[in-house]
Amino acid sequence: MLILPEITLLFFSVFFLLVAVSKAKATIVSTPVRGLSLLVLLASVLSITGSGVLFSGAYQMTLFSQIFKLLLAAGFCLVIFMLDISGEIEKGFYAEYFMFLSFSVLGLMMLSSAMELMTIVISLEISSYSLYVIVPLRKAQTKVQLEASVKYLFFGAVSTGIMLYGMSYLYGISHSTFLADIITALPKFTNKPMMVFALILTLTGFFFKLSLFPMHFWAPDIYEGASNATTAFIATVPKIAATAVLIRIAMLGVFGSPDFASVLMVLSALSMTFGNLVGLVQKDIKRLLAYSGIAHAGYLMMGVIALTKNGNASAIYYMAVYLFMNLGCFYAVMLLSKSGGNVMLNDLVGLSKRAPLLGFMLAVSAFSLAGIPPTGGFMGKFFLFTNALAQGYLTLVIIGTVNTVISIFYYLNIVRMSYTKEAVGSESLSLALSFPQKVVCLIYIAIILYLGVMPSSLMEIFRASITF
Amino acid sequence: MDQYLLMNTLRFPILSTTIFLPLVGAALFLFMKSARAVRVTALLTAMVTFLVSFMLYLNFDPGTHLFQFGEFRSWISSYKINYVLGIDGITLFLVLLTTLLAPLCILCSWTAITQRVKEFMFCILLMEAAMVGVFSALDFVLFYIFWEAMLIPMYLLIAIWGGPQKDYASIKFFIYTLFGSVFLLVAIIALYLANGSFSIPGAMFQNYSFPFQFWVFLGFAIAFAIKVPMFPFHTWLPAAHTEAPTAGSVYLASVLLKMGAYGFLRFCLPITPKASLYFAPYMVALSVIAIIYGGFVCLAQTDMKKLIAYSSVAHMGFVTLGIFSLVLIGLQGALLQMLNHGITTGALFLCVGIIYERTHSREIYDNAGLGKIAPIYMGFFGFFALSAFAFPGTNNFVGEIYVLIGMFSKSKVAGFFAIIGAVLAAAYMLRLLKQVAWGRDDRRAIQDMNTREVVYLLPLVLFVFWVGLFPRLYVLTAEKTLAHLLAQLHTVGH
Repeated sequence: MLILPEITLLFFSVFFLLVAVSKAKATIVSTPVRGLSLLVLLASVLSITGSGVLFSGAYQMTLFSQIFKLLLAAGFCLVIFMLDISGEIEKGFYAEYFMFLSFSVLGLMMLSSAMELMTIVISLEISSYSLYVIVPLRKAQTKVQLEASVKYLFFGAVSTGIMLYGMSYLYGISHSTFLADIITALPKFTNKPMMVFALILTLTGFFFKLSLFPMHFWAPDIYEGASNATTAFIATVPKIAATAVLIRIAMLGVFGSPDFASVLMVLSALSMTFGNLVGLVQKDIKRLLAYSGIAHAGYLMMGVIALTKNGNASAIYYMAVYLFMNLGCFYAVMLLSKSGGNVMLNDLVGLSKRAPLLGFMLAVSAFSLAGIPPTGGFMGKFFLFTNALAQGYLTLVIIGTVNTVISIFYYLNIVRMSYTKEAVGSESLSLALSFPQKVVCLIYIAIILYLGVMPSSLMEIFRASITF
Repeated sequence: MDQYLLMNTLRFPILSTTIFLPLVGAALFLFMKSARAVRVTALLTAMVTFLVSFMLYLNFDPGTHLFQFGEFRSWISSYKINYVLGIDGITLFLVLLTTLLAPLCILCSWTAITQRVKEFMFCILLMEAAMVGVFSALDFVLFYIFWEAMLIPMYLLIAIWGGPQKDYASIKFFIYTLFGSVFLLVAIIALYLANGSFSIPGAMFQNYSFPFQFWVFLGFAIAFAIKVPMFPFHTWLPAAHTEAPTAGSVYLASVLLKMGAYGFLRFCLPITPKASLYFAPYMVALSVIAIIYGGFVCLAQTDMKKLIAYSSVAHMGFVTLGIFSLVLIGLQGALLQMLNHGITTGALFLCVGIIYERTHSREIYDNAGLGKIAPIYMGFFGFFALSAFAFPGTNNFVGEIYVLIGMFSKSKVAGFFAIIGAVLAAAYMLRLLKQVAWGRDDRRAIQDMNTREVVYLLPLVLFVFWVGLFPRLYVLTAEKTLAHLLAQLHTVGH
């Protein structure tokens, strides 16, 4: 029962593995996939209170890890429900696609429970290798997605290498790969360059997943090259698990190491400034969201840097909000895309008339990404700023607020395109949403607004989950 | 529980009702198809909201400086953020002004807005809720949420239903205001870390160190100075006012600008008294510059809406002048001017909207010579124009006199320059009036005002005379609050 979500996902992947090798491919795939993804979500909800230790402490179930599993399952479920498989993937690869997608989520779930360096590496690679495979799976193959997949693989491998190098230092310090042992050994090395070096290098692998500066280079190209659904997945779900590990490992640096925090602070500031400034000139919405993601990784780091219970809880809260607001934007991209192609800003013209609900959902998501009340994005940012300021990071908070103003320009551009421009010709045809699509839109709107108005209960749970 | 708060004794939570009733009305639009049904529902909602808020006035106790009609609910307990509402003498009439203008704005858009009526009325009601929320919120986070939530509907009002340059104007408005507000947010968080709570009254009259007050004041002042707008931060205003649809201009001029002044009164003076005293001369100087600069720029305008927009810069200069005179009579004058400007400038924008609907031009020349063609219109327009340059007997006269007396008691030089500004106001308003009444001889087919238009201007006429001839009521309501504010300011500030 402890690892119910993982087992469900494993079942899910093996099921599609069997489908992939059988003859009956495409036809039987798309029907059970939604039901199965709901099953994964249900399993994560059921095991939310589970706690326990497996493999002599290498794998821990706590409220912290279970919350992340639930978020991962929610992200997975949403991506599956948003996915219009026939528009995105070549017909022959449906089963493989779902198999790799679920293997990836399995790896990410394991990552949020992993308490030992080897386990962390293995979980990370399970999720990464699956993603390397599905990036080039896109209908109407061109060189773009092949280039993207090679880049992703290359950057991924390099960052894993750096991470392993950092881990070797951690092992050298503590003679153990267990985080619990490392945390007891670290205080002896307070303020030694070696400790800062080891922690930062170890975190690099997760900076990569989070697309934090300076490990952000892959994001815009992979977002542009991969299919819309794959991008929506890569842009959101791995970041959730990366946040979990980031919080875990960053807490190792809590023993009075100002240098460690300063390095993270500089990365955070650079990440948001770089992401927002480059985001200003983007025309392709997926590239725009890639730069927005780089900026958001910077905001998220504010909560991690605070190195306090409240700070980390606010980082989790921000991640939860980000899951919905980011996927909300991607949903609009998916519905607007013509036969799986990329969507430009100009394609949004007149959206609020062509599909009022979709336009409204996109506006809510964009304003939330920008951090305008009463959306969840504001509450998340507010908590992050409050906690960062409580730890004395005034400069960082001011950089963050100025960035909010810079970023509003391109988020507002999304809203402006869909609300104030009139479409002409064939572009002005109304875009009819089916009933399930409307329901998904309403779910996004409701959750983003709920997170913006009623953050209290969730925040309490997140606070309770930080026990280290 | 808050010691600054007199709990609501009415049978229902009156402030919450005033805030959320427009939202309920807006939610009803989801079930409507025809534009007419939407208009009627919006109007009824706004009128009922006004009636509810009128009960605030009937039950208001002017004998105390505490916040009344208080509501208190725990909201985000781990950060000590509460849902606290309450109003005092400063905000009572601002809330009433907001709820009064909402039905007028809906009426004035009755035929002017034909595209996307549902969304338009939705924005109007959303704005109303957020604006009342800003005036009655007594928790920083709640205040900030309402404050920022106004941006989205106002942006849409300008960007969708605005004039030819709506794109530029709306984005400039959004980014300019947001730029100010983020520093407000940093100041709010800094106050939270100093006090341990987000309560607004709880943050007042504490003994913060001067450097702390200095920076918090600047954080506040940049947000409020942009909203007012004070002199160097005013450039968003002419663009936004000019391009917004009539209802949007009225909201902007009559209520949104008041929020800046309200912010100075509610936040800067009581929370950072030392810094307020320190910065007062600079703020007075900026106000005087705004009055004179606004006056001169008005003289050069050929666009009616732009002229009125720039006159707002000058009029709001009088408000900030009154506030930073830091004497009771000056504060009273500032508060009166806030109301007066809301009534008069709102009415002038409505008048421009009426003529724009007929001639589709805001140029003075295109709308000149209406004296014989549209006499009723000319009567109303002339009346409000007289009130705008503080003709004795009208509302602005009383307000300006209060402010000037207050200012002269502090600084004769500043008072003298403000008087020059008042003369300029007469010059540009009479110039506009002369052109519109007698500027052209040719007879064009322009219809005079219809009953609907007369109906929504009449309440404003009433208020121009009421405040102009019997201002006692308005002055007395806020006297206790303002006197307490000043007394505390001078004890803590020195």
